[in-house]
Amino acid sequence: MPFDVYLNVAVSGVLTGLVYGLMALGLSVIFGVVRVVNFAHGEMMSIAMYLAVVLFAGLHLDPLIMLLPISAVLFVFGYILQVRLINPFITRPEYTQFLLLVALAIIIVNTLLIIFGPDARTIQTSYAYDSFQLGSLILDAPKLYAGAAAIVFAAALFVFFRFSLIGKAIRACADNYTGALVVGLDVKHLYALTFALGAACVGAAGVMMTLIVDVTPTIGPTYTLLAFVIVITGGLGSMPGALIGGVLIGLTEALAGLLFTPSAKSMFAFGILVLVLLFRPQGILGKRAT
Amino acid sequence: MTHTGMLPNRRHMLGGAAATAVTLAAPAIVRAQGGALKVGVLLPRSGFEAGIGQDCQRGVDVAPAILKSLGLPDLAVMDGDTESSVDVARARAEKMIGEGAQLLVGAFDSGQSTAIAQVAEQKGIPFVINIAAAPDITEQGYKFVFRNFPTAAMILGDAFANQKEVFAIAGAAPKTVVFMHVNDTFGAAMSKGIGAVMPKFNMPYSILEEIAYDPAARDLSVEVAKAKATGAEALLVVSRLNDAMLLTRELVKQRWSPQAILSVGPGWYEDQYIKTLGKLADGPLSFVPWYDPNKKLSQVLEAALAKAYPGVNLNTNQVFTFEALLVAADAYKRAGSSDPKALADAIRTTNITDNVSIGPGIQFNAKGQNDKVKNGAIQNRGGKLLTLAPKEAANAKPEWPMKSYQDRG
Repeated sequence: MPFDVYLNVAVSGVLTGLVYGLMALGLSVIFGVVRVVNFAHGEMMSIAMYLAVVLFAGLHLDPLIMLLPISAVLFVFGYILQVRLINPFITRPEYTQFLLLVALAIIIVNTLLIIFGPDARTIQTSYAYDSFQLGSLILDAPKLYAGAAAIVFAAALFVFFRFSLIGKAIRACADNYTGALVVGLDVKHLYALTFALGAACVGAAGVMMTLIVDVTPTIGPTYTLLAFVIVITGGLGSMPGALIGGVLIGLTEALAGLLFTPSAKSMFAFGILVLVLLFRPQGILGKRAT
Repeated sequence: MTHTGMLPNRRHMLGGAAATAVTLAAPAIVRAQGGALKVGVLLPRSGFEAGIGQDCQRGVDVAPAILKSLGLPDLAVMDGDTESSVDVARARAEKMIGEGAQLLVGAFDSGQSTAIAQVAEQKGIPFVINIAAAPDITEQGYKFVFRNFPTAAMILGDAFANQKEVFAIAGAAPKTVVFMHVNDTFGAAMSKGIGAVMPKFNMPYSILEEIAYDPAARDLSVEVAKAKATGAEALLVVSRLNDAMLLTRELVKQRWSPQAILSVGPGWYEDQYIKTLGKLADGPLSFVPWYDPNKKLSQVLEAALAKAYPGVNLNTNQVFTFEALLVAADAYKRAGSSDPKALADAIRTTNITDNVSIGPGIQFNAKGQNDKVKNGAIQNRGGKLLTLAPKEAANAKPEWPMKSYQDRG
């Protein structure tokens, strides 16, 4: 098989993996700070996807233009969710958090089913069928835009956590909960902001995903599972790890489909997960538990 | 003091229960003999096959008026959704029978139809399959299962014969193809069938590679890249609707325009495919069970569909779903009863020559299979579906090779 085929498939896998990575980044941020595992992560992404579909169908608003507004909506949704619903569960046993978020996931899926019905919906932008040719490399335009937007969004998040005062305060909460309380940080507010940022991340990923796949109400659980595979592979709580994990899973799926049988490509992503759990349980960039 | 004589004894109780049962059952028997036959129509109305299920439903929607014009009895249609799932299909079939369905029709999909057939046979309720090609369904010795649709082997045999006819008219043929198929019951049966049937037809092309993909796949970029890399001149495909659209999108984005797309299954002629993809929908050739546009009842069905759904092309989904109801109504008329066994016996002796699909008509062999139904070769052109073969049903010549996707503006 010619080399350019591998190159094209690998680049396509990396671009899709970047969007996967952004989605998983939200999960990793939430767990890294709030220590709550968001079992409704993919379902929250499907809310963003349907917002993009509705805005495109009703007002012809391009998903890329709606990236920030929809992320903002998810930010507010995440903030309210944390303050009103999840905060009371922070100090309760983990299984109650699990049940709460699984219940939320089921409610989201069924609400979407009631509102939109079970059929797949698609966004047909003017560039839906465009591609760019660079020598023998053919780049799928929607995937390229989605991948680029994922990098910009993730970079903005890194900068926020690294350099902004609120970002530093959130990291302080993550490092030492009691210490953060002692120095007078409003931990509940910072937790809510963190959950909101995670929701905004998954919202942005959802909007970009509409450029690549069709949307159905039941798409959420698939992506929740995928997000878990990615963050466990990359390292739970590690932001760069989530992005690297996303790219690795996207690339693995693409190359496995090419080299082996396409219908079994997901199997290889789970194979990577098993290997990581066996030989590096903390994930590629995760810290070993002490 | 005892009141034994005043109290009902066991004999009275049994007699009373029997009388009550007869009283309660009597209206049902009267309804069964004089009223509409309760037909449970099971289709994938949601899930990944929803588009095709809803297209089949159009055949159900236009049927009552046509059946009435043919002097056939009324059918009381009960709608059921298989949700594109084998397990749900089985559960819904049981539920429908429990709710009084006297005959079942469905289910477009081989896996789902297989599950319904098992339930129908177990409960002794006739099941008329509208669309399903897996050969095994009518090889089980079932007494209540009938299929007015060709098996995978029949479809393939006709498809290869029709392909050679089209190649002869076009004066060209591909030398190599890559075979892509959906990895479900139907796709696997067709893949197995191709291996068995193709050598008998001395086809002008060879299959360079076989690529199976997930029926619920949301992205087929890797699959198309792999197919393109084979350098095949044409694409031989067995697909559904969603994946046919995904494949087309990837062909465009990866700038690959094969000489021809030879589809041996649904997807490429569906109304939703044509409406969604517009100019990009033109060109594919489908070798599928089809209707004979020259038959009188085809024209009636086409006119009824055009009236009910303007702009929708008549296709396999509506044709064979309509014909399944035609079989049910015809059998009910001849049986004069909704008794399941009488209905099954009447279906077994069906001989409808005034029908829609290509071939001499609807008859069932001892296995419950209509072994005389034929394929057609059709091509999408300008949003219409033109029949190219067989010669007696043709209304157009093939456009060969397919126009490049990049030259369509």
